[in-house]
Amino acid sequence: MKRLFALLLCACAPAHAGLEITVSGGETAARPIAVVPFAQPADATTNLAEVISADLGRSGQFQPLAAADMLEKPTDASKVNYRNWRVLAIDNVVVGELRRAGGRMSVRFQVLDVLRAQQLAGYEVDVPDARRLRAVAHQIADIIYEKLTGIPGYFNSQIAYVAATGQDKNRLFQIVVADADGMGPVTVATSREPLMSPAWSPDRRQLAYVGFERGRSAIYVHTLATGDLRRFVQEKGINGAPAWSPDGRRLALTLSFERNPDIYVIDVVSGARKQLTQHYAIDTEPTWSPDGKTLAFTSDRGGQPQIYTVSAAGGEARRITFEGKQNLRPRYSPDGKLLALVNVDESGYRIGVLDLASRNLRILSSGPLDESPSFAPNGAVVIYAAQGRQGAELATVTVDGRIRQRLSQPGDVREPTWSSLIR
Amino acid sequence: MNAFIKLVAPIALLTLAACAKDSTRPADDTGGTGSDSSSGSTSPYTGPSAGSTGITSGSGSAKMPTGRMVYFEFDSSEINAEGQAVVDGWAAYLAANPSAKVRLEGHCDERGTREYNVGLGERRGNAVLQALTSRGVGEAQISVSSFGEERPVAQGHDDAAWQQNRRVEFVQ
Repeated sequence: MKRLFALLLCACAPAHAGLEITVSGGETAARPIAVVPFAQPADATTNLAEVISADLGRSGQFQPLAAADMLEKPTDASKVNYRNWRVLAIDNVVVGELRRAGGRMSVRFQVLDVLRAQQLAGYEVDVPDARRLRAVAHQIADIIYEKLTGIPGYFNSQIAYVAATGQDKNRLFQIVVADADGMGPVTVATSREPLMSPAWSPDRRQLAYVGFERGRSAIYVHTLATGDLRRFVQEKGINGAPAWSPDGRRLALTLSFERNPDIYVIDVVSGARKQLTQHYAIDTEPTWSPDGKTLAFTSDRGGQPQIYTVSAAGGEARRITFEGKQNLRPRYSPDGKLLALVNVDESGYRIGVLDLASRNLRILSSGPLDESPSFAPNGAVVIYAAQGRQGAELATVTVDGRIRQRLSQPGDVREPTWSSLIR
Repeated sequence: MNAFIKLVAPIALLTLAACAKDSTRPADDTGGTGSDSSSGSTSPYTGPSAGSTGITSGSGSAKMPTGRMVYFEFDSSEINAEGQAVVDGWAAYLAANPSAKVRLEGHCDERGTREYNVGLGERRGNAVLQALTSRGVGEAQISVSSFGEERPVAQGHDDAAWQQNRRVEFVQ
């Protein structure tokens, strides 16, 4: 029996039907908003207002009004009758229009304050590619979110994850890239052997991930636009857990060729290598603080896996988690104040968020087998993998724990990781 | 450029490589009960090199072991008595056949994070490697790899499945 090793590049392979999305949780404390259906040509198949409403609703910050419940559907601020929105207790109304002028397409939209009966802001967004209308809708949702909450949005970003289908010899592993709402999945790599630990470069142009060739692991750097795949490191033993430095110049990763797993930092261009930890225990799963000065990682040097920090310059590691039996796989929040992690106690494996200043640990998920947390680019949402009814699936939860979302598809989906924001 | 890092064009990774792994595995996985006839022993491991004494190098006299799985407790890399028996069988076979090679694939159950489990799977593989070399097997005959929790043999999410998945496989 011959087994084929093939890490195939499928630059534009339309993946499966896409993730099925279920949202649950708190309609309380969310801000009532109405995104009125935009005026748009019939051949523009993406319903802009619908995508924007769904984004805002999923964030937990907004409670969008269904189009069917609207008393009027103006597409310009001058046509709005504010009383029609006051009676529905709506705080903000968004109206807009997709227009074509010459060969150019753009969306003009306005954000309105119902109480003051005035326009808060007006925008015009270019549509460079009519096939990417969904991305424009996400971009508009980000603008609205930032205007009304004061913090950047996260809708026009992408997630990468690992999908695995089939059993035994038919098992197929894929690296998939999709929009942050799970739509538009594209398979960027497939293999008969495991693919693991995808990590976005800060500029979103590259993914680092782990692959295997006849049982030997390696870390690859994959440039998405060109399909260029570079075998970045393949030492004897473990080559795992790649994490880009915030400046995109270095990768922290795990190598075990010097006898047991330790954290190394490798310069992406020069290949210059620095060993950051040296301990007979398992040291793995590094993550960089946003200022690039500190790395957090998992180590079982104390007997059980716990999270430690070490200076990027090297030196002594310091244990920072003490709650529960184990704490593993940390990820820094974009502001560097929180660590998302996997906490283990009698309730199983749950996602927690550790406040690094107060050392307060907040549990965000119910387990029993949750793993791989990753922050949205604005830090307000965490995506992770959970065991669902039809296999491993993805879940998101707002950092305040109010809004939950499940993204599932046949087969296992896991190891989600969120890209930076596309502005 | 660092000599350890090789640049490859995408096409190089499309290369198809034959791997005779499955067809040459010893048949009849006994579930780690260690019923291999070459050692004839299911007693706990008692000391280094016990299984290799008196075996003539290169004779090929020791039989191919029948068990190829060593199982582990949760988050442990300790080889139990049943596992020692499997190791004894392979130690005798490999010591008697110095040209024979074996790959030890370490695996974990689905609990625990994925990369930590890759570390744990390697630790299990290394525990078996040390048990083999202490019985006189040459280190050059053995390689260790770890798949962590990525290659379960049992698909369930319960103790029975987890027990089967925490293992080191002998692969030829």
